[in-house]
Amino acid sequence: MTTTRTGRRPGPDLDTVAAALGQLRLAAPEGVAEAVLRTLGLADGYDRLPTSIGDVFVAWNGRGISFIDRAPTETAFEAEARAVLGRPLAPAPLPPALRRRLERRLAGDRRAAVPVDLRGRTPFERAVLTKALEIPPGEVRPYGWIAAEIGRPTAVRAVGSALARNPIPLVIPCHRVVRSDGVLGAYSMGGPATKRRLLAAEGADPDRLEALARAGIRFLGSRTTGVFCLPSCRNARRICAAPPGPPSLGRGGPGRRPPPLPGLSARGDRPDRSTL
Amino acid sequence: MDHLDAANASARRTPGKAAPVDGLARALARDLDTAFERLVRSEADRCFSIARRLLGDPRDAEEVTQDAFLRAYRALASYEPARIEGLALRPWLAAIVVNLARNRRRRARTTADGRATARTDRHHHDTLLGDSMADPVDVDPAGSPEAALLRREAAVTWAALLTELPTRYRLPLVLRYVGDLSTSEVAAALGRPEGTVRAQLHRGLQQLRAAYLATDQDAAAERPIDEETR
Repeated sequence: MTTTRTGRRPGPDLDTVAAALGQLRLAAPEGVAEAVLRTLGLADGYDRLPTSIGDVFVAWNGRGISFIDRAPTETAFEAEARAVLGRPLAPAPLPPALRRRLERRLAGDRRAAVPVDLRGRTPFERAVLTKALEIPPGEVRPYGWIAAEIGRPTAVRAVGSALARNPIPLVIPCHRVVRSDGVLGAYSMGGPATKRRLLAAEGADPDRLEALARAGIRFLGSRTTGVFCLPSCRNARRICAAPPGPPSLGRGGPGRRPPPLPGLSARGDRPDRSTL
Repeated sequence: MDHLDAANASARRTPGKAAPVDGLARALARDLDTAFERLVRSEADRCFSIARRLLGDPRDAEEVTQDAFLRAYRALASYEPARIEGLALRPWLAAIVVNLARNRRRRARTTADGRATARTDRHHHDTLLGDSMADPVDVDPAGSPEAALLRREAAVTWAALLTELPTRYRLPLVLRYVGDLSTSEVAAALGRPEGTVRAQLHRGLQQLRAAYLATDQDAAAERPIDEETR
């Protein structure tokens, strides 16, 4: 070493050594801050996901899926998602495990648990959306069913507007909630046509459901068991599929009535002739 | 947590250095979710730099950095506002990073058998030299490429020397000069008396210089390290 700055011995002086250590200061790798904020749910990432109705954008964070929408461009989606979520948002691939579960869930596998982040929703909205999660693929329920199930039987309109503001369509299947008269009704992500396509893709028969609704038929029942179900209920579909006799479609002839909680098969429930 | 409380007490006495996070503790106390982003953005580089010098692998350092912030958030979420407001954030965070890095090294050591340890060490040595080439920040991007190359080489050398130092010297040196904490903040973060830290910093720099001179003689090639790093 040639430098003898201190004069005592050759080599760098201690200040120089300290300054050399200062050169070891680094910038954190790209995305570290974002990853932390996402994990905590203080920011969201978003990714593109192919579905039966085309590509959608999916926003997510460490707490779950936070927002899903179809949008023409990334920019349009970002603007919408930011307005709804009120948090920083940046493109980030869905974690592979979450993506796999999401794909399985959207393919109809109800065992695939997809966490959802419903912060920012009112308790009522959360109750509505959580209840809607229970509706199986290919089946529909009226708005009134959700209202009754969450213990607010008169809040049918409020259920409708909570579903209209569903931030996580497809995962929370608001497309499986229809008007009480059986008409499919509105759909926030792409209108009634999309709702119809989604239901058809899940194995429901939207044309038949609407035909029944037009004919004023609310429930299907079995002559043998006296059990009545909503037309889309898997049990009702079994009734209709039974080959021997024609299914008892009707406005409610003698000996038939809807189950107390529409959509649930009212096993063991005796027909009540007096109401009909 | 004792030394963290000590950290709070002593760091409050030295307000001079704490410029970037001033007022942040109060903001965190008022609205954790909104202010936490500022904490992450202002402290990520420091935390990563410290972790990087305590761990061989840059990915380990990245994970420790992330983990430190997650733990910090959970801790803050459980604290009363008054306690958050009294926190000296920089030494508090640094202490979390140091603890996590220590745990990780310990775990790596206990899970590996003898042969695996040897391999890990060599791997660490390789990545240290390999990655350090790339990762020091170029402080003078406008300078000549030759000067930048020399700076990088110097950084690799110093980083390697630092890893050879005993932990009791390495920790304070890393926090003080790589992490840019004040001496009292280092003392607070490590839970050591300030006088002890001062002495350890001095001894550490001396040992580092001695090690540097030793390698310098080995290499027989002279590097104008003074001129480059000043």
